[in-house]
Amino acid sequence: MPQKGYVEISVEGCKGCNLCVLHCPTNCLALNTKDTNSYGLHYAYLAEEDKCIACMNCSVICPDAAITVYKKMAA
Amino acid sequence: MKEGYELIYKRPESLLQTRMHYCPGCFHSTTHKILMEVVDELGIKEKTVGVCPVGCSVFAYDYLDVDMQEAAHGRAAAVATGIKRILPDRVVFSYQGDGDLAAIGTAETLHACNRGENFTFIFINNGIYGMTGGQMAPTTLEGQKTSTSPYGRDPEKVGLPLKMCEIVSQFKRVAFVQRVSFNTPANARKAKKAIKTAFEIQMKKLGTTFIEVASNCPSQWKCTPEESLDWLTNHVFPYYPLGVFKEPPKTKE
Repeated sequence: MPQKGYVEISVEGCKGCNLCVLHCPTNCLALNTKDTNSYGLHYAYLAEEDKCIACMNCSVICPDAAITVYKKMAA
Repeated sequence: MKEGYELIYKRPESLLQTRMHYCPGCFHSTTHKILMEVVDELGIKEKTVGVCPVGCSVFAYDYLDVDMQEAAHGRAAAVATGIKRILPDRVVFSYQGDGDLAAIGTAETLHACNRGENFTFIFINNGIYGMTGGQMAPTTLEGQKTSTSPYGRDPEKVGLPLKMCEIVSQFKRVAFVQRVSFNTPANARKAKKAIKTAFEIQMKKLGTTFIEVASNCPSQWKCTPEESLDWLTNHVFPYYPLGVFKEPPKTKE
């Protein structure tokens, strides 16, 4: 069973380049196309938290280091 | 942080909390981030000196929390040579784009590599002059349209793109040459390993280390970050293959 986790994406740090959404293996990230941050840019967010497997692909590819990754500790 | 969860990745501490001025999806910012992750992992923040160039990354000293020196256009290799010779215990890197390293600074670069100066080149090759308005660079691909080659680069008039990794790997005193990219998470992890290896080789004083980043430029390639990754895969990598071009002979430890 894959590990569980979740990510926090800084709204002001994200520039909406969509690379994390593109490289997420479980498609749990999405780009918010309805709202913008204070720079007028769309931002990515964790749309389906149950699917996140803490693989760190998004944090590795994120150009602006806006993503923080947490992993569920083993019980 | 939620209860029962542990932190496994956060923004590297050596990368300042400032917002970088780079365009969305630019590999300059990825390179900054990976570079500072390596600095944090090796614990060399206090003894790292960077030399930033003229180009998009001219403000690198605003983002990297290590000692930085600004160099005249193209002269980063010469400045890094001076810093490394005066302070041989420091980890020195020069951070240069293709206009800086392969056009105006070719002489400095080639002679520093020929002398085997013991520092690391981080060479961002995006095949275009990003900051000044998308003009043709020495590394622009054959047929690629830029603002000064609107019908595509014509090799009959301006020659073929320069392959810097292949050129510098021929020098005897160059220890480590690798071309990396950040187009996929797997390649980004390889790139991080390459930069780490380069710094370790530099600390062992084995010779010049040279990392070329096959980069993108969504704004001047006139495409989205996603399309720029496709251009990298379909056009850049066939001409500029990724991989290790030279590494020091493996010794038993």
